Amino acid sequence: MHTALLLEMAAGALGDRIATGSIDGGVSYDELAARARAGGHWLRGHAAANVVFVGLNGAALPTALFAAAETGRPFAPLNYRLPDAELRRLLARTAPSLAVVDDDMLARVEGVEGVTVVSRSAFETAAVDPANRDNEHPEPDRDIAVLLFTSGTTGDPKVAVLRHRHLASYVISTVEFMHAEEDEATLVSVPPYHIAGIAAILTSVYGGRRTVYLPTFTPEDWVSMAAAENVTHAMVVPTMLGRILEVLEKRGEALPALRALSYGGGRMPEPVIEKALRLLPNVDFVNAYGLTETSSTIAVLTADDHRAAIGSDDPAVRRRLGSVGRPLPSLELEIRDPDGAVLGPGQSGEVYVRGEQISGEYLHKKVLQDDGWFATNDAGWLDDDGYLFVEGRLDDVIVRGGENISPGEIEDVLRTHPQVADVAVFGVPDNEWGEKVACALVARDGHPSVDELAGWVKSRLRSTKTPEVWSFRDALPYNDTGKLLRRQLKAELAAAQPVAAA
Amino acid sequence: MELKPGSRWKSAVCDTEVVVVRATAGDIALECGGHPMVAHADAKPAGLAVSADHAGGTQPGKRFADDVTGLEVLCTKGGKGSLSLDGRAIGAKEAKKLPASD
Repeated sequence: MHTALLLEMAAGALGDRIATGSIDGGVSYDELAARARAGGHWLRGHAAANVVFVGLNGAALPTALFAAAETGRPFAPLNYRLPDAELRRLLARTAPSLAVVDDDMLARVEGVEGVTVVSRSAFETAAVDPANRDNEHPEPDRDIAVLLFTSGTTGDPKVAVLRHRHLASYVISTVEFMHAEEDEATLVSVPPYHIAGIAAILTSVYGGRRTVYLPTFTPEDWVSMAAAENVTHAMVVPTMLGRILEVLEKRGEALPALRALSYGGGRMPEPVIEKALRLLPNVDFVNAYGLTETSSTIAVLTADDHRAAIGSDDPAVRRRLGSVGRPLPSLELEIRDPDGAVLGPGQSGEVYVRGEQISGEYLHKKVLQDDGWFATNDAGWLDDDGYLFVEGRLDDVIVRGGENISPGEIEDVLRTHPQVADVAVFGVPDNEWGEKVACALVARDGHPSVDELAGWVKSRLRSTKTPEVWSFRDALPYNDTGKLLRRQLKAELAAAQPVAAA
Repeated sequence: MELKPGSRWKSAVCDTEVVVVRATAGDIALECGGHPMVAHADAKPAGLAVSADHAGGTQPGKRFADDVTGLEVLCTKGGKGSLSLDGRAIGAKEAKKLPASD
């Protein structure tokens, strides 16, 4: 089973339906399949092991992904937001390769050894050139579908390997073929080099849902495009959702066509999801949890779960709004302690998964265990009904006197303080407790006192979760993909140990 | 016939095409419309017709799983015949209802 077959099936079943672009003038499934075959024919004229994509979202992206699949070559979308030197370093790691690069980014990537650079417009022209159509080629061997550079908050980025069987298995086990109504449209604003961007292409094609691309995310453009294209579905990361809600409020826009919003890729602060449910009462909210190495989603908090949680007086049900829902029925999920023993409900440990969509593999390094289990490096626990609560990266969880403390929970509480602009919580070594809770904070509208902030946390959580070390800063460090560099802060504060709270 | 994962087969008597999602050990015949399916790249035999006992039809996107052998195939193109293994009909799995998450 391979990903090119997903498009072949879609074209065979509903070839006239619009696959990408506007309902008038968009590209049909038949046309997308023809462009992928033509693009594949053209790619075959270039000696290259990998097909690289450096550019913004748009119709060329699915064309290039499926064209690469036509030839059996791995597709490697790179983060164009990286500084030039870093981008070129990643590009060099894809050699020998052919890189399809946005015309205005060509100058940034010229002259990398072993990399043939072609412009996006040249690729798009080749994909519609009649001379490249109707060419027969023998079925290639297909193995690796996609190579994704992980954002790497420590060290060199790793290259996650997603094989055709992983991605195809994810799609056919989670999406009903051609189930979308003809008026449905999904707005994709996650970048091409993110697993959610790749998964969105494949699941939309197989589900028969038209895809509209936002070249690059701004909340204003997102809202405008959602309204103009009658978008019914979208996936956003939590930060995007918060900013989208602000624009909706400011404009008084209700997005009447919107039916479902899924979110993932980070912890959703409860005030944001509560506001979203209030502002968009007719929208189905879905929380999806997954990793690059798991071919996207492995657990889902459904719209019904959201409604049950928000409307419940039972604290155990209410708090599920902060969970990532239940594991997909097509895979197994366990919580294990550091010795590998499986833990029961309510016990925190490392999240393990096993299933056909799980790759658990990097270039030159397979981390999947022999029996197929993948250690996610995420800490979490399951409640009595199997809802998964993710506490963050295993290394980020604070262990204070034997108690597991999730930094995200404390950050969420501090973020609701009117004078807190940004915040990071992490553990620093402590002789008595093993670790203690530390906090780096960017203030706004004056300078709140440590006592005030400590009291804010203590009254909402409990004293063991109240930071004991406080550091006020002008800004927090983030990497190029917007991930907080918690470990950098941790190292700095462990060395410095500034102002202790009273 | 060797039903390897990822191998593609077409009906000898209708438009049905399938891909093997989960393989099974042992030599079994995958049939459609009552006749053995042929490898996707091969020519269809002439002169055969859909058997009345195996004329339920297939729809693209349906997954067919056999509890006895563990074989699972995905229908990639629909047709008039229905699927069987050594003459024994195999049914479609229930469609999953998961919300869109990408």
